[in-house]
Amino acid sequence: MHKSIKISALAVVTAGSLIAGSAMAEIKIGVAGPHTGPYAAFGMQLWKGASQAAKDINAAGGINGEMIVLVKGDDRCEPKEAVSVANRMADQDGVAAVVGHFCSSSSIPASVVYDEAGVFMITPASTNPTVTDRGLPGVFRACGRDDQQGIVAGEYIVNTLKAKSVAIIHDKDTYGQGLADATKNTLNGLGVTEVLYEGLTRGEKDFNALVTKIKSTKAEVVYFGGLHSEAGPLVRQMREQGLTALFISGDGIVSQDFVTAAGGASFVEGVLMTFGADPTSYPAGAEAVASFKASGYEPEGYTMYSYTAMQVVAAAMNGAKSNDGMKAAAWLHANGNIATAMGSKSFDSKGDLTVSDYVMYEWKDGNYAEK
Amino acid sequence: MDSLAIILQQLVNGLTLGSVYGLIAIGYTMVYGIIGMINFAHGDLYMVSAYLTAIFLALLSFFGIDSLPVVLFLTLLGTMAITGVYGWVIERVAYRPLRNSTRLAPLISAIGISFVLQEYVRINQGSNDQGIPALLFGAVRVPVGNDFFQITYSQILIIVVSLLGMGLLTYVIQKTELGRQCRATQMDRKMSGILGIHTDRIISTVFVIGAAMGAVAGVLVTLNYGSFNFSSGFIIGIKAFTAAVLGGIGSLPGAMLGGIVLGMAESLFSGLVNTDYKDVFAFGLLVTVMIFKPSGLLGKPAVEKV
Repeated sequence: MHKSIKISALAVVTAGSLIAGSAMAEIKIGVAGPHTGPYAAFGMQLWKGASQAAKDINAAGGINGEMIVLVKGDDRCEPKEAVSVANRMADQDGVAAVVGHFCSSSSIPASVVYDEAGVFMITPASTNPTVTDRGLPGVFRACGRDDQQGIVAGEYIVNTLKAKSVAIIHDKDTYGQGLADATKNTLNGLGVTEVLYEGLTRGEKDFNALVTKIKSTKAEVVYFGGLHSEAGPLVRQMREQGLTALFISGDGIVSQDFVTAAGGASFVEGVLMTFGADPTSYPAGAEAVASFKASGYEPEGYTMYSYTAMQVVAAAMNGAKSNDGMKAAAWLHANGNIATAMGSKSFDSKGDLTVSDYVMYEWKDGNYAEK
Repeated sequence: MDSLAIILQQLVNGLTLGSVYGLIAIGYTMVYGIIGMINFAHGDLYMVSAYLTAIFLALLSFFGIDSLPVVLFLTLLGTMAITGVYGWVIERVAYRPLRNSTRLAPLISAIGISFVLQEYVRINQGSNDQGIPALLFGAVRVPVGNDFFQITYSQILIIVVSLLGMGLLTYVIQKTELGRQCRATQMDRKMSGILGIHTDRIISTVFVIGAAMGAVAGVLVTLNYGSFNFSSGFIIGIKAFTAAVLGGIGSLPGAMLGGIVLGMAESLFSGLVNTDYKDVFAFGLLVTVMIFKPSGLLGKPAVEKV
């Protein structure tokens, strides 16, 4: 009984999409990121942003008259998954462009696949410099870079906090360690040598031994390069051991899941992090932000970046008057001032934004706000 | 910090971590002892018990029970019972039908069950981190010189409950009728069957006990660290398996000893040398023990049955 209902429902859906397909041409765009797994909170941000943007672009006429159809690719923030997702997107799904991935360690290997297949790629969130530094022509980034983020964090620690002893912890991943290194370089350049530099293991929960060690160094500031799943337990165990040092991290903890992972808002009180200036504050994005809020979703973290990335894809293809990824990329390198929900954006020859806008945020009562 | 205080603190950290490893290691070692298979789904049972802990805590607060000892006791009991049922069902569904096939078949089946459990929890509970609010606050601080080391109440709970659980289990295995039957089945299943022991039931019981001990770890860890997700059984499962091998797989005291040695080794190496290489050190230790004592610290050398 149930089975027959399901089958007939499926038949209706299939028939429906066939009719839609013949009525109007479609362009497939991939949205790749950790849609499942411990970092799924970020995949959700990417997906929500890209879906809303696709909806709005389609309502305005689509890309070169073709309607955007999104294809979800789940890499769980694992490099080998990312490569297989990229291959599937490029060969089987035949996407023209990809918005993604999230983790730098996924974006970097996946970008090679896209490059070979001539697929346009724009990551809304991967901040490791290597993503664009290899000079792949079809790879763009709609967010800042860790070397810029590290400068902001490092200068804040030295100039504003006037801290002398800083412990640097990372998660041994491309993003986490890269960010920790960028901050370390800035600190060293400003004459501060870290008192501790160590890596923890992703997926573990007990960092007590490390916390005791940090405590023994008498660090005033603990800088962490990594994601919320590890940052949460780490900051909690610091507080439980009576270590009151200031905890600073980067854009890897921009999610309410950070509070959950720490086991309560009281543990993350006063934690600082670097992230782009409030992405929901641009006048051009007000309408998009309103539609997110109307649907009961708070556009936190990288949601608006993902929205913007989708707009850049549309603008580049419309500008090039072609749905070919490489032609769109060439157009985007040659032309600037793309109007997006996060203001006017231009890209340099590597595919990075010409202007970065990292600022310091503070966690208070379980929410983050610009400091 | 005073260097003596640091070392004492690291010993406390290691003992806590080691007790958890030991509790989970029991599940691996008992199952291996009785039917000679590695139950790779055991780490995921631990993960299921973490979710059950959160569910029981929510249920109890819904019914207005807020006395902490009562809440903890009921949560522990309920989680052990339901996780035990999971253990029993898994053995019935995935392992028993394969008992007389090749040795590798149940192993592959166990890996499959591990995936099934993870995806089942992910689909039902979502893939985001889940957490529970902190219940036990505070710590005992012991002054050392002009410094101190501390042991939090939840760490005390972990160590005490682990030791109690181990003690109780050892008593059951060594002194009771059920324990004698378990040991007999472990020594020679066919002969035990001939002598009138219901070996299938004993094997089921062992799975239930193993799962329940994993559940104890799940409750304690969830109370102490506060957060978990559907994949959090993987790494801790691998570590507990390592502890079981280190202590001598098949040996009950070996599992606990292996857990504590591994936890201590990780904490001390991480604290005194380097966190990056603590796993390298821990597995290096395992290899060294295996070279000089292939059956593990407390394991008996394997004798070919003729």
